[in-house]
Amino acid sequence: MVPETWYLGLGAALFAIGVVGVIVRRNPLVIFMSIELMLNAVNLTLVAFGHRHGSPDGQALVFFVMAVAAAEVAVGLAIIVAIFRLRQRLSVDDLSAMRW
Amino acid sequence: MSAVTFAVLAVIALGSALGLVFKKNAIHGALFLVVNLGTVAALYLSLGAEFLAAAQVIVYAGAIMVLFVFAIMVLIPGKEETGPDPRRPYRLLALPVGAALLAELVLVVVARRGADTGAAAPIPGGVEAIGRLLFTDYLFPFELTSVLLLAAMVGVLLLARRRAG
Repeated sequence: MVPETWYLGLGAALFAIGVVGVIVRRNPLVIFMSIELMLNAVNLTLVAFGHRHGSPDGQALVFFVMAVAAAEVAVGLAIIVAIFRLRQRLSVDDLSAMRW
Repeated sequence: MSAVTFAVLAVIALGSALGLVFKKNAIHGALFLVVNLGTVAALYLSLGAEFLAAAQVIVYAGAIMVLFVFAIMVLIPGKEETGPDPRRPYRLLALPVGAALLAELVLVVVARRGADTGAAAPIPGGVEAIGRLLFTDYLFPFELTSVLLLAAMVGVLLLARRRAG
């Protein structure tokens, strides 16, 4: 039996990789996918904690995270498509219109 | 699950995550992410969460990734990250920052691993247990989810429509 701590460590590593992806990449689509990676790492952590405490509540929480992630991806991709229509370029470095 | 199986799954998950972050081509990144999501689904199975494993494959690897691949194909990828990076030093700074974050998280996990029983009480992970929970304790959030998805759908239609004129 693998202890839950290993799952937590794996979740932490995946989360850190996702953070690096968000900072390093310039393509907003890849940044979005890195965010999905981070959400997945957190989901894995939630399931591992639920397993440790012997309750299915963590799994219910993951279900809600999945639903919110689906809505978030749909809206985010629509925004990216709208920006692409406006600018014809797709690099987050160009998107500084809302910068103070 | 044996430690060997976990190690293999963990290596696949970490490798595909690194591939997503460091491959130039967005389509390759999307395929790496599909591999990663499938591996996490297998890890859910090993934790006794069968319902979540199925939902992971259907919702994430199925629906969400199809959306991503569609968007990548529509938006002509690969053109935006070819030129020289004007902010390279800042981006290289991300690596030590990420390493620091990882060290911090692992430190917390290791420091708090007190109650690591290994063989906790077997939790009901089947569809029945989750469904019962969703329709009793979490009924209100569950209904809110449907409103959220509807709002997202309407919002996407509004954002993606072509304005006349």
